[in-house]
Amino acid sequence: MAIRERLSGNEAVAYAIKQVNPDVMPAFPITPSTEIPQLVASYISNGDIDTEFIPVESEHSAMSATIGASAAGARALTATSSCGMALMWELLYVAASNRLPIVLTLVNRALSGPININCDHSDSMGARDSGWIQIYAENNQEAYDNFLQAYRISEHKDVHLPVMICQDGFITSHALANIELIEDDKVKSFVGEYEPEHYLLNDDENIAIGPYAVSNYYMETKKGQITAMRNAKKVIQEIGKEFGAMSGRSYGLFEEYKLDDADYAFVMIGSAAGTTKDAIDELREQGVKVGLLKIRVFRPFPADEMTAALKNVKGIAIMDRAESFSGQSGPIASELGAALFMAKSEAKVINYIYGLGGRDYTVDNAKDIVTELRDYVEKGTEPEQYKYIGLRSR
Amino acid sequence: MKDTVEIRWHGRGGQGAKTAALLLADVCFKHGKNVQGFPEYGPERMGAPITAYNRISDHELRVHSNIYDPDYVVVVDETLLEAIDVTAGLNPNGAIVINTTRPKEEIIPHLKGYEGKVYTIDARRISEEALGKYFPNSPMLAAIVAVSGVMEKDEFMSQMRDSYQHKFAKKPEVIDGNMKALEMAFSEVTA
Repeated sequence: MAIRERLSGNEAVAYAIKQVNPDVMPAFPITPSTEIPQLVASYISNGDIDTEFIPVESEHSAMSATIGASAAGARALTATSSCGMALMWELLYVAASNRLPIVLTLVNRALSGPININCDHSDSMGARDSGWIQIYAENNQEAYDNFLQAYRISEHKDVHLPVMICQDGFITSHALANIELIEDDKVKSFVGEYEPEHYLLNDDENIAIGPYAVSNYYMETKKGQITAMRNAKKVIQEIGKEFGAMSGRSYGLFEEYKLDDADYAFVMIGSAAGTTKDAIDELREQGVKVGLLKIRVFRPFPADEMTAALKNVKGIAIMDRAESFSGQSGPIASELGAALFMAKSEAKVINYIYGLGGRDYTVDNAKDIVTELRDYVEKGTEPEQYKYIGLRSR
Repeated sequence: MKDTVEIRWHGRGGQGAKTAALLLADVCFKHGKNVQGFPEYGPERMGAPITAYNRISDHELRVHSNIYDPDYVVVVDETLLEAIDVTAGLNPNGAIVINTTRPKEEIIPHLKGYEGKVYTIDARRISEEALGKYFPNSPMLAAIVAVSGVMEKDEFMSQMRDSYQHKFAKKPEVIDGNMKALEMAFSEVTA
Protein backbone atom coordinates (compact mmCIF):
# COMPACT_ATOMS: atom_id res chain seq x y z
CA MET A 1 0.00 0.00 0.00
CA ALA A 2 1.26 3.43 -0.91
CA ILE A 3 2.00 5.78 1.96
CA ARG A 4 -0.10 8.97 1.91
CA GLU A 5 2.13 11.90 2.85
CA ARG A 6 2.65 15.61 2.28
CA LEU A 7 6.09 16.84 1.34
CA SER A 8 7.66 19.69 -0.55
CA GLY A 9 9.56 18.79 -3.73
CA ASN A 10 12.88 19.13 -1.94
CA GLU A 11 11.69 16.96 0.95
CA ALA A 12 10.41 14.39 -1.54
CA VAL A 13 13.77 14.10 -3.32
CA ALA A 14 15.66 13.98 -0.02
CA TYR A 15 13.35 11.19 1.11
CA ALA A 16 14.02 9.30 -2.12
CA ILE A 17 17.77 9.70 -1.51
CA LYS A 18 17.27 8.30 1.99
CA GLN A 19 15.44 5.29 0.59
CA VAL A 20 18.14 4.67 -2.04
CA ASN A 21 21.01 5.25 0.43
CA PRO A 22 23.70 6.09 -2.16
CA ASP A 23 27.40 5.77 -1.26
CA VAL A 24 28.74 9.31 -1.65
CA MET A 25 27.19 12.79 -1.80
CA PRO A 26 29.49 15.78 -2.21
CA ALA A 27 27.47 19.02 -2.25
CA PHE A 28 27.64 22.78 -1.90
CA PRO A 29 24.50 24.69 -0.91
CA ILE A 30 22.62 27.03 -3.25
CA THR A 31 19.02 28.26 -3.17
CA PRO A 32 16.56 26.67 -3.90
CA SER A 33 18.20 23.22 -3.71
CA THR A 34 19.97 23.72 -0.36
CA GLU A 35 17.36 21.75 1.60
CA ILE A 36 18.24 18.55 -0.27
CA PRO A 37 21.84 18.17 1.02
CA GLN A 38 20.72 19.66 4.33
CA LEU A 39 18.05 16.97 4.82
CA VAL A 40 20.40 14.23 3.62
CA ALA A 41 23.00 15.42 6.15
CA SER A 42 20.33 15.11 8.87
CA TYR A 43 19.46 11.59 7.76
CA ILE A 44 23.16 10.71 7.97
CA SER A 45 23.68 12.27 11.41
CA ASN A 46 20.55 10.53 12.68
CA GLY A 47 22.01 7.21 11.54
CA ASP A 48 19.23 6.56 9.02
CA ILE A 49 21.65 6.11 6.13
CA ASP A 50 25.41 5.60 5.76
CA THR A 51 26.03 7.85 2.76
CA GLU A 52 29.42 9.57 2.89
CA PHE A 53 28.66 13.29 2.78
CA ILE A 54 31.49 15.52 1.55
CA PRO A 55 31.07 19.23 2.31
CA VAL A 56 33.08 20.84 -0.48
CA GLU A 57 34.13 24.45 -1.07
CA SER A 58 32.38 25.01 -4.40
CA GLU A 59 30.14 23.39 -6.97
CA HIS A 60 33.15 22.80 -9.21
CA SER A 61 34.54 20.68 -6.39
CA ALA A 62 31.16 19.08 -5.76
CA MET A 63 30.98 17.70 -9.28
CA SER A 64 34.70 16.84 -9.26
CA ALA A 65 34.31 14.81 -6.07
CA THR A 66 31.15 13.17 -7.42
CA ILE A 67 33.07 12.16 -10.54
CA GLY A 68 35.95 10.82 -8.41
CA ALA A 69 33.60 8.80 -6.22
CA SER A 70 31.72 7.41 -9.21
CA ALA A 71 34.94 6.51 -11.03
CA ALA A 72 36.13 4.72 -7.89
CA GLY A 73 33.01 2.53 -8.05
CA ALA A 74 30.59 4.29 -5.72
CA ARG A 75 26.97 5.22 -6.34
CA ALA A 76 27.36 9.00 -6.19
CA LEU A 77 25.19 12.06 -6.49
CA THR A 78 25.05 15.78 -5.91
CA ALA A 79 22.42 18.53 -5.85
CA THR A 80 22.50 22.07 -7.18
CA SER A 81 20.73 24.95 -8.92
CA SER A 82 21.42 27.78 -11.33
CA CYS A 83 24.86 29.37 -10.94
CA GLY A 84 25.91 26.33 -8.93
CA MET A 85 25.51 24.19 -12.00
CA ALA A 86 27.14 26.87 -14.13
CA LEU A 87 30.23 26.50 -11.96
CA MET A 88 30.16 22.73 -12.61
CA TRP A 89 30.08 23.30 -16.34
CA GLU A 90 33.36 21.74 -17.52
CA LEU A 91 32.85 18.81 -15.15
CA LEU A 92 29.39 18.07 -16.54
CA TYR A 93 31.09 17.19 -19.82
CA VAL A 94 33.76 15.18 -18.00
CA ALA A 95 31.12 13.14 -16.15
CA ALA A 96 29.23 12.40 -19.36
CA SER A 97 32.24 11.59 -21.55
CA ASN A 98 33.64 9.25 -18.89
CA ARG A 99 30.26 7.51 -18.95
CA LEU A 100 29.80 7.76 -15.20
CA PRO A 101 26.37 6.83 -13.80
CA ILE A 102 26.04 9.91 -11.62
CA VAL A 103 22.72 11.43 -10.58
CA LEU A 104 22.40 15.20 -10.22
CA THR A 105 19.22 16.44 -8.60
CA LEU A 106 18.73 19.88 -10.07
CA VAL A 107 16.26 22.40 -8.73
CA ASN A 108 15.75 24.70 -11.71
CA ARG A 109 16.50 28.36 -11.11
CA ALA A 110 17.26 31.28 -13.42
CA LEU A 111 20.87 32.04 -14.23
CA SER A 112 22.18 35.50 -13.38
CA GLY A 113 21.75 38.27 -14.24
CA PRO A 114 19.99 40.10 -12.95
CA ILE A 115 20.53 37.83 -9.99
CA ASN A 116 17.28 36.00 -9.31
CA ILE A 117 16.47 32.99 -7.13
CA ASN A 118 13.27 31.91 -8.86
CA CYS A 119 12.42 29.31 -11.44
CA ASP A 120 13.18 29.07 -15.07
CA HIS A 121 14.97 26.43 -17.10
CA SER A 122 17.98 28.44 -18.22
CA ASP A 123 20.34 26.36 -16.05
CA SER A 124 19.45 22.91 -17.40
CA MET A 125 18.67 24.12 -20.92
CA GLY A 126 22.12 25.65 -21.06
CA ALA A 127 23.53 22.22 -20.21
CA ARG A 128 21.46 20.39 -22.78
CA ASP A 129 24.48 19.65 -24.97
CA SER A 130 26.69 18.39 -22.14
CA GLY A 131 25.80 14.73 -22.66
CA TRP A 132 23.56 14.25 -19.62
CA ILE A 133 20.17 12.58 -19.69
CA GLN A 134 17.60 15.15 -18.55
CA ILE A 135 14.34 14.16 -16.86
CA TYR A 136 11.85 16.81 -15.71
CA ALA A 137 9.04 16.76 -13.15
CA GLU A 138 5.67 18.50 -13.03
CA ASN A 139 5.24 18.14 -9.27
CA ASN A 140 6.72 16.69 -6.07
CA GLN A 141 5.40 13.22 -6.91
CA GLU A 142 7.20 13.10 -10.24
CA ALA A 143 10.41 14.50 -8.72
CA TYR A 144 10.33 11.64 -6.19
CA ASP A 145 9.43 8.98 -8.76
CA ASN A 146 12.04 10.23 -11.24
CA PHE A 147 14.79 10.07 -8.66
CA LEU A 148 13.89 6.46 -7.82
CA GLN A 149 14.26 5.56 -11.51
CA ALA A 150 17.44 7.56 -12.10
CA TYR A 151 20.10 5.02 -11.09
CA ARG A 152 18.33 2.22 -12.93
CA ILE A 153 18.68 4.30 -16.09
CA SER A 154 22.18 5.68 -15.54
CA GLU A 155 23.68 2.33 -14.44
CA HIS A 156 22.03 0.33 -17.23
CA LYS A 157 24.67 -1.48 -19.28
CA ASP A 158 23.36 0.00 -22.54
CA VAL A 159 23.42 3.53 -21.16
CA HIS A 160 26.15 4.39 -18.65
CA LEU A 161 25.40 8.08 -18.70
CA PRO A 162 24.82 10.63 -15.94
CA VAL A 163 21.23 11.64 -15.27
CA MET A 164 19.89 15.05 -14.28
CA ILE A 165 16.60 14.96 -12.35
CA CYS A 166 15.02 18.41 -12.66
CA GLN A 167 12.19 20.11 -10.79
CA ASP A 168 10.97 23.72 -10.72
CA GLY A 169 12.60 25.90 -8.09
CA PHE A 170 10.22 27.11 -5.36
CA ILE A 171 7.15 26.23 -7.46
CA THR A 172 7.53 22.56 -6.59
CA SER A 173 10.68 22.52 -4.45
CA HIS A 174 9.16 24.68 -1.70
CA ALA A 175 5.46 23.90 -2.07
CA LEU A 176 3.93 21.51 0.44
CA ALA A 177 1.61 19.11 -1.36
CA ASN A 178 0.20 15.58 -1.18
CA ILE A 179 2.41 12.74 -2.33
CA GLU A 180 2.34 8.95 -2.35
CA LEU A 181 5.52 7.37 -1.07
CA ILE A 182 6.60 3.81 -1.72
CA GLU A 183 7.63 1.41 1.03
CA ASP A 184 11.39 1.11 1.71
CA ASP A 185 11.61 -2.57 0.83
CA LYS A 186 9.90 -2.05 -2.52
CA VAL A 187 12.22 0.86 -3.33
CA LYS A 188 15.25 -1.20 -2.35
CA SER A 189 14.32 -4.11 -4.55
CA PHE A 190 13.40 -1.79 -7.45
CA VAL A 191 16.62 0.24 -7.35
CA GLY A 192 18.86 -2.72 -6.47
CA GLU A 193 22.50 -2.82 -5.41
CA TYR A 194 25.08 -1.12 -7.60
CA GLU A 195 27.62 -3.45 -9.12
CA PRO A 196 29.96 -1.37 -11.28
CA GLU A 197 31.47 -3.11 -14.28
CA HIS A 198 34.74 -1.19 -14.44
CA TYR A 199 35.98 0.96 -11.56
CA LEU A 200 39.22 2.36 -10.21
CA LEU A 201 39.17 0.56 -6.85
CA ASN A 202 39.03 -2.84 -8.50
CA ASP A 203 42.39 -4.54 -7.73
CA ASP A 204 41.81 -7.14 -10.40
CA GLU A 205 41.52 -4.74 -13.30
CA ASN A 206 43.84 -1.84 -14.01
CA ILE A 207 42.05 0.87 -15.92
CA ALA A 208 42.39 4.58 -16.64
CA ILE A 209 39.42 6.92 -16.47
CA GLY A 210 39.56 10.28 -18.18
CA PRO A 211 42.86 10.02 -20.09
CA TYR A 212 43.91 12.32 -22.90
CA ALA A 213 42.41 11.30 -26.23
CA VAL A 214 44.09 12.42 -29.41
CA SER A 215 42.24 13.02 -32.65
CA ASN A 216 42.42 9.31 -33.40
CA TYR A 217 40.01 8.54 -30.58
CA TYR A 218 38.06 11.64 -29.54
CA MET A 219 35.41 11.34 -32.21
CA GLU A 220 34.68 7.69 -31.44
CA THR A 221 34.11 8.70 -27.81
CA LYS A 222 31.41 11.11 -28.94
CA LYS A 223 29.87 8.43 -31.17
CA GLY A 224 29.81 6.14 -28.16
CA GLN A 225 28.03 8.77 -26.10
CA ILE A 226 25.34 9.36 -28.69
CA THR A 227 24.81 5.62 -29.13
CA ALA A 228 24.27 5.37 -25.37
CA MET A 229 21.96 8.37 -25.47
CA ARG A 230 19.87 6.75 -28.19
CA ASN A 231 19.81 3.48 -26.24
CA ALA A 232 18.54 5.42 -23.24
CA LYS A 233 15.20 6.06 -24.96
CA LYS A 234 14.25 2.40 -24.79
CA VAL A 235 15.73 1.90 -21.32
CA ILE A 236 13.89 4.90 -19.86
CA GLN A 237 10.59 3.59 -21.21
CA GLU A 238 11.18 0.04 -19.94
CA ILE A 239 12.09 1.27 -16.49
CA GLY A 240 9.16 3.69 -16.47
CA LYS A 241 6.85 0.77 -17.20
CA GLU A 242 8.45 -1.42 -14.55
CA PHE A 243 8.11 1.46 -12.07
CA GLY A 244 4.43 1.61 -13.01
CA ALA A 245 3.95 -2.08 -12.29
CA MET A 246 5.41 -1.49 -8.83
CA SER A 247 3.80 1.85 -7.96
CA GLY A 248 0.79 2.29 -10.23
CA ARG A 249 2.44 5.31 -11.87
CA SER A 250 3.96 4.53 -15.28
CA TYR A 251 6.30 6.87 -17.09
CA GLY A 252 7.39 7.30 -20.69
CA LEU A 253 9.40 9.88 -22.59
CA PHE A 254 6.52 12.33 -22.38
CA GLU A 255 2.96 12.48 -21.09
CA GLU A 256 0.00 12.94 -23.42
CA TYR A 257 -2.95 14.72 -21.83
CA LYS A 258 -6.16 14.69 -23.87
CA LEU A 259 -4.03 14.68 -27.00
CA ASP A 260 -5.75 11.82 -28.87
CA ASP A 261 -8.41 13.90 -30.61
CA ALA A 262 -6.84 17.34 -30.06
CA ASP A 263 -6.84 20.05 -32.73
CA TYR A 264 -4.53 22.20 -30.61
CA ALA A 265 -1.64 21.15 -28.44
CA PHE A 266 0.67 22.63 -25.87
CA VAL A 267 4.19 21.28 -25.67
CA MET A 268 5.97 22.14 -22.44
CA ILE A 269 8.11 21.04 -19.52
CA GLY A 270 7.65 21.17 -15.76
CA SER A 271 5.16 22.56 -13.27
CA ALA A 272 3.38 24.86 -15.75
CA ALA A 273 2.02 21.72 -17.43
CA GLY A 274 -0.23 21.20 -14.39
CA THR A 275 -1.62 24.72 -14.71
CA THR A 276 -2.17 24.07 -18.42
CA LYS A 277 -4.13 20.88 -17.66
CA ASP A 278 -6.66 22.91 -15.66
CA ALA A 279 -7.01 25.34 -18.60
CA ILE A 280 -7.46 22.40 -20.98
CA ASP A 281 -10.28 20.96 -18.87
CA GLU A 282 -12.07 24.33 -18.90
CA LEU A 283 -11.67 24.69 -22.66
CA ARG A 284 -12.78 21.12 -23.29
CA GLU A 285 -16.01 21.90 -21.43
CA GLN A 286 -16.56 24.65 -24.01
CA GLY A 287 -15.94 22.16 -26.81
CA VAL A 288 -12.45 23.26 -27.76
CA LYS A 289 -10.30 20.25 -28.52
CA VAL A 290 -7.07 21.07 -26.76
CA GLY A 291 -4.42 18.73 -25.42
CA LEU A 292 -0.96 18.71 -23.96
CA LEU A 293 2.30 16.95 -24.65
CA LYS A 294 4.39 17.28 -21.51
CA ILE A 295 8.03 16.52 -22.16
CA ARG A 296 9.49 14.39 -19.39
CA VAL A 297 12.73 13.44 -21.09
CA PHE A 298 14.44 16.26 -22.97
CA ARG A 299 17.72 14.36 -23.38
CA PRO A 300 17.59 12.14 -25.29
CA PHE A 301 15.19 14.27 -27.35
CA PRO A 302 12.19 12.11 -28.35
CA ALA A 303 11.80 13.72 -31.77
CA ASP A 304 10.20 10.85 -33.71
CA GLU A 305 7.89 9.90 -30.86
CA MET A 306 6.74 13.49 -30.36
CA THR A 307 6.10 14.26 -34.01
CA ALA A 308 4.08 11.03 -34.24
CA ALA A 309 2.01 12.04 -31.20
CA LEU A 310 1.42 15.49 -32.72
CA LYS A 311 0.68 14.35 -36.27
CA ASN A 312 -3.05 15.16 -36.18
CA VAL A 313 -2.97 18.53 -34.44
CA LYS A 314 -3.53 21.71 -36.44
CA GLY A 315 -1.87 24.17 -34.09
CA ILE A 316 0.95 23.79 -31.57
CA ALA A 317 2.02 26.18 -28.80
CA ILE A 318 5.61 25.34 -27.92
CA MET A 319 6.32 26.74 -24.48
CA ASP A 320 9.88 27.61 -23.50
CA ARG A 321 10.86 28.61 -19.96
CA ALA A 322 14.33 29.62 -21.13
CA GLU A 323 15.71 32.05 -23.68
CA SER A 324 18.46 30.97 -26.03
CA PHE A 325 19.08 34.33 -27.73
CA SER A 326 19.00 32.93 -31.22
CA GLY A 327 16.37 35.55 -31.94
CA GLN A 328 13.98 33.06 -33.42
CA SER A 329 12.99 30.55 -30.76
CA GLY A 330 13.61 29.05 -27.36
CA PRO A 331 15.41 25.71 -26.98
CA ILE A 332 12.38 23.39 -27.14
CA ALA A 333 10.95 25.18 -30.18
CA SER A 334 14.21 25.08 -32.07
CA GLU A 335 14.52 21.32 -31.62
CA LEU A 336 10.85 20.43 -31.98
CA GLY A 337 10.53 22.85 -34.90
CA ALA A 338 13.32 21.04 -36.70
CA ALA A 339 11.77 17.67 -35.86
CA LEU A 340 8.36 18.78 -37.19
CA PHE A 341 9.99 19.96 -40.42
CA MET A 342 11.81 16.64 -40.84
CA ALA A 343 8.50 14.84 -40.24
CA LYS A 344 6.85 17.05 -42.92
CA SER A 345 4.34 18.40 -40.42
CA GLU A 346 2.00 21.13 -41.62
CA ALA A 347 0.89 22.21 -38.15
CA LYS A 348 0.92 25.92 -37.37
CA VAL A 349 3.35 26.69 -34.58
CA ILE A 350 3.77 29.56 -32.15
CA ASN A 351 6.66 29.58 -29.70
CA TYR A 352 5.98 31.32 -26.38
CA ILE A 353 8.66 32.32 -23.93
CA TYR A 354 7.10 32.35 -20.44
CA GLY A 355 7.95 32.21 -16.76
CA LEU A 356 11.49 33.57 -16.87
CA GLY A 357 12.95 34.29 -13.43
CA GLY A 358 9.81 33.00 -11.72
CA ARG A 359 7.27 35.11 -13.64
CA ASP A 360 3.94 33.48 -12.87
CA TYR A 361 2.16 31.45 -15.54
CA THR A 362 -1.59 31.19 -15.08
CA VAL A 363 -4.64 29.33 -16.37
CA ASP A 364 -5.65 32.60 -18.08
CA ASN A 365 -2.30 32.75 -19.91
CA ALA A 366 -2.94 29.25 -21.24
CA LYS A 367 -6.46 30.17 -22.38
CA ASP A 368 -5.17 33.30 -24.17
CA ILE A 369 -2.65 31.16 -25.99
CA VAL A 370 -5.35 28.81 -27.25
CA THR A 371 -7.38 31.78 -28.49
CA GLU A 372 -4.39 33.06 -30.44
CA LEU A 373 -3.61 29.62 -31.83
CA ARG A 374 -7.22 29.10 -32.95
CA ASP A 375 -7.27 32.46 -34.72
CA TYR A 376 -4.07 31.49 -36.50
CA VAL A 377 -5.47 28.12 -37.65
CA GLU A 378 -9.11 29.02 -38.29
CA LYS A 379 -8.99 32.67 -39.35
CA GLY A 380 -5.55 32.75 -40.91
CA THR A 381 -4.26 35.55 -38.70
CA GLU A 382 -0.52 35.71 -38.82
CA PRO A 383 0.72 36.17 -35.27
CA GLU A 384 4.36 36.56 -34.34
CA GLN A 385 5.61 33.00 -34.16
CA TYR A 386 8.10 33.70 -31.42
CA LYS A 387 6.86 35.83 -28.59
CA TYR A 388 6.85 36.54 -24.87
CA ILE A 389 3.81 35.97 -22.68
CA GLY A 390 3.23 37.46 -19.24
CA LEU A 391 5.36 40.59 -19.68
CA ARG A 392 4.54 43.61 -17.52
CA SER A 393 2.19 45.95 -19.31
CA ARG A 394 4.07 49.03 -18.22
CA MET B 1 -12.85 24.31 -9.88
CA LYS B 2 -14.68 26.17 -7.15
CA ASP B 3 -14.74 23.19 -4.87
CA THR B 4 -11.19 24.30 -4.11
CA VAL B 5 -10.80 26.78 -1.25
CA GLU B 6 -8.10 29.34 -2.02
CA ILE B 7 -6.47 31.43 0.70
CA ARG B 8 -3.91 34.22 0.42
CA TRP B 9 -1.76 35.32 3.35
CA HIS B 10 -0.19 38.76 3.69
CA GLY B 11 2.48 39.23 6.32
CA ARG B 12 5.90 40.64 6.92
CA GLY B 13 9.09 38.58 6.87
CA GLY B 14 9.68 37.06 10.30
CA GLN B 15 6.04 37.00 11.46
CA GLY B 16 5.44 33.42 10.41
CA ALA B 17 2.85 33.87 7.65
CA LYS B 18 4.66 31.26 5.56
CA THR B 19 4.82 28.88 8.52
CA ALA B 20 1.12 29.44 9.18
CA ALA B 21 0.28 28.62 5.54
CA LEU B 22 2.35 25.43 5.76
CA LEU B 23 0.68 24.51 9.08
CA LEU B 24 -2.75 25.06 7.56
CA ALA B 25 -1.82 22.82 4.63
CA ASP B 26 -0.54 20.26 7.10
CA VAL B 27 -3.64 20.18 9.25
CA CYS B 28 -5.96 20.04 6.21
CA PHE B 29 -3.87 17.18 4.81
CA LYS B 30 -4.45 15.28 8.05
CA HIS B 31 -8.14 16.07 7.65
CA GLY B 32 -7.97 14.07 4.40
CA LYS B 33 -7.78 16.90 1.89
CA ASN B 34 -5.55 17.56 -1.07
CA VAL B 35 -3.49 20.58 -0.18
CA GLN B 36 -0.97 23.11 -1.38
CA GLY B 37 0.93 25.49 0.89
CA PHE B 38 3.55 27.71 -0.69
CA PRO B 39 5.23 31.06 -0.21
CA GLU B 40 5.96 33.62 -2.88
CA TYR B 41 9.63 34.43 -2.55
CA GLY B 42 10.70 38.00 -3.03
CA PRO B 43 13.57 39.73 -1.28
CA GLU B 44 14.08 37.68 1.87
CA ARG B 45 14.50 40.03 4.77
CA MET B 46 12.85 40.71 8.11
CA GLY B 47 9.94 43.09 7.77
CA ALA B 48 9.54 42.94 3.99
CA PRO B 49 5.99 42.18 2.79
CA ILE B 50 5.57 38.50 1.97
CA THR B 51 2.72 36.51 0.48
CA ALA B 52 1.87 32.87 1.03
CA TYR B 53 -0.90 30.72 -0.37
CA ASN B 54 -3.09 27.71 0.33
CA ARG B 55 -5.29 25.60 -1.87
CA ILE B 56 -7.48 23.01 -0.14
CA SER B 57 -9.58 20.59 -2.16
CA ASP B 58 -11.19 17.19 -2.42
CA HIS B 59 -9.64 16.93 -5.88
CA GLU B 60 -6.10 16.58 -7.14
CA LEU B 61 -4.42 20.00 -7.30
CA ARG B 62 -2.52 20.55 -10.51
CA VAL B 63 -2.43 24.30 -10.93
CA HIS B 64 0.92 25.83 -9.93
CA SER B 65 0.27 29.54 -10.24
CA ASN B 66 -0.16 32.07 -7.47
CA ILE B 67 -3.69 32.85 -6.29
CA TYR B 68 -5.33 35.94 -7.80
CA ASP B 69 -8.99 35.36 -6.87
CA PRO B 70 -8.85 34.00 -3.33
CA ASP B 71 -11.86 33.00 -1.28
CA TYR B 72 -10.17 34.25 1.87
CA VAL B 73 -7.40 36.66 2.72
CA VAL B 74 -5.48 36.73 6.00
CA VAL B 75 -3.65 39.93 6.93
CA VAL B 76 -1.09 39.14 9.61
CA ASP B 77 0.21 42.71 9.85
CA GLU B 78 -2.25 45.58 9.60
CA THR B 79 0.41 48.07 8.46
CA LEU B 80 0.17 46.24 5.13
CA LEU B 81 -3.33 47.61 4.59
CA GLU B 82 -1.85 50.88 3.43
CA ALA B 83 1.02 49.31 1.47
CA ILE B 84 -0.68 46.50 -0.42
CA ASP B 85 -3.99 45.93 -2.18
CA VAL B 86 -4.93 43.07 0.14
CA THR B 87 -8.46 42.65 -1.22
CA ALA B 88 -7.34 42.39 -4.87
CA GLY B 89 -9.47 39.71 -6.53
CA LEU B 90 -11.01 38.64 -3.21
CA ASN B 91 -14.29 36.77 -3.60
CA PRO B 92 -17.18 38.94 -2.27
CA ASN B 93 -18.78 35.75 -0.94
CA GLY B 94 -15.60 35.03 0.99
CA ALA B 95 -13.98 37.01 3.79
CA ILE B 96 -10.91 38.86 4.97
CA VAL B 97 -9.40 38.32 8.44
CA ILE B 98 -7.23 41.11 9.82
CA ASN B 99 -4.95 41.20 12.83
CA THR B 100 -5.67 44.57 14.44
CA THR B 101 -6.49 46.29 17.70
CA ARG B 102 -8.65 48.82 15.91
CA PRO B 103 -12.44 48.57 15.54
CA LYS B 104 -13.67 47.31 12.19
CA GLU B 105 -15.06 50.72 11.24
CA GLU B 106 -11.54 52.13 11.10
CA ILE B 107 -10.31 49.24 8.95
CA ILE B 108 -13.03 49.14 6.32
CA PRO B 109 -12.02 52.41 4.58
CA HIS B 110 -8.70 50.75 3.71
CA LEU B 111 -10.35 47.80 1.96
CA LYS B 112 -11.10 49.50 -1.37
CA GLY B 113 -14.83 48.90 -1.21
CA TYR B 114 -14.61 45.17 -0.50
CA GLU B 115 -18.18 43.97 -0.04
CA GLY B 116 -17.60 40.60 1.64
CA LYS B 117 -17.29 39.81 5.30
CA VAL B 118 -14.59 41.51 7.35
CA TYR B 119 -13.30 39.79 10.47
CA THR B 120 -10.88 41.24 12.99
CA ILE B 121 -8.80 39.71 15.73
CA ASP B 122 -6.24 41.08 18.16
CA ALA B 123 -3.57 38.45 17.64
CA ARG B 124 -0.98 40.49 19.51
CA ARG B 125 -2.93 40.52 22.78
CA ILE B 126 -3.87 36.85 22.41
CA SER B 127 -0.30 35.84 21.64
CA GLU B 128 1.19 37.89 24.46
CA GLU B 129 -1.40 36.61 26.92
CA ALA B 130 -1.10 32.96 25.89
CA LEU B 131 2.59 32.75 24.98
CA GLY B 132 4.16 35.75 26.64
CA LYS B 133 5.57 36.76 23.25
CA TYR B 134 4.33 38.13 19.96
CA PHE B 135 3.92 35.26 17.50
CA PRO B 136 0.80 36.14 15.52
CA ASN B 137 0.78 33.03 13.33
CA SER B 138 -0.95 30.61 15.74
CA PRO B 139 -3.91 32.91 16.45
CA MET B 140 -4.22 33.84 12.78
CA LEU B 141 -4.21 30.16 11.82
CA ALA B 142 -7.07 29.43 14.22
CA ALA B 143 -8.91 32.53 13.01
CA ILE B 144 -8.85 31.48 9.35
CA VAL B 145 -9.94 27.95 10.23
CA ALA B 146 -12.86 29.41 12.22
CA VAL B 147 -13.83 31.85 9.46
CA SER B 148 -13.41 29.52 6.48
CA GLY B 149 -14.84 26.42 8.15
CA VAL B 150 -12.32 24.20 6.32
CA MET B 151 -12.60 21.86 9.30
CA GLU B 152 -14.43 21.50 12.61
CA LYS B 153 -12.92 23.10 15.68
CA ASP B 154 -12.56 19.88 17.71
CA GLU B 155 -10.67 18.08 14.97
CA PHE B 156 -8.52 21.12 14.29
CA MET B 157 -7.57 21.43 17.95
CA SER B 158 -6.70 17.78 18.30
CA GLN B 159 -4.64 17.75 15.10
CA MET B 160 -2.83 20.90 16.16
CA ARG B 161 -1.96 19.38 19.53
CA ASP B 162 -0.36 16.47 17.64
CA SER B 163 1.52 18.87 15.35
CA TYR B 164 2.82 20.96 18.25
CA GLN B 165 3.86 17.86 20.19
CA HIS B 166 5.92 16.87 17.18
CA LYS B 167 7.21 20.35 16.40
CA PHE B 168 8.04 21.31 19.99
CA ALA B 169 9.25 17.90 21.14
CA LYS B 170 12.26 19.59 22.74
CA LYS B 171 10.35 22.42 24.39
CA PRO B 172 6.99 20.98 25.49
CA GLU B 173 6.41 23.97 27.77
CA VAL B 174 5.24 26.06 24.79
CA ILE B 175 2.61 23.54 23.63
CA ASP B 176 -0.06 24.61 26.13
CA GLY B 177 0.53 28.28 25.36
CA ASN B 178 0.05 27.70 21.66
CA MET B 179 -3.06 25.64 22.28
CA LYS B 180 -4.42 28.44 24.45
CA ALA B 181 -3.69 30.95 21.67
CA LEU B 182 -5.66 28.81 19.21
CA GLU B 183 -8.56 28.45 21.65
CA MET B 184 -8.71 32.20 22.33
CA ALA B 185 -8.48 33.07 18.64
CA PHE B 186 -11.30 30.70 17.79
CA SER B 187 -13.66 32.46 20.20
CA GLU B 188 -12.44 36.03 19.72
CA VAL B 189 -12.40 36.38 15.92
CA THR B 190 -15.41 38.57 15.14
CA ALA B 191 -17.28 39.78 12.09
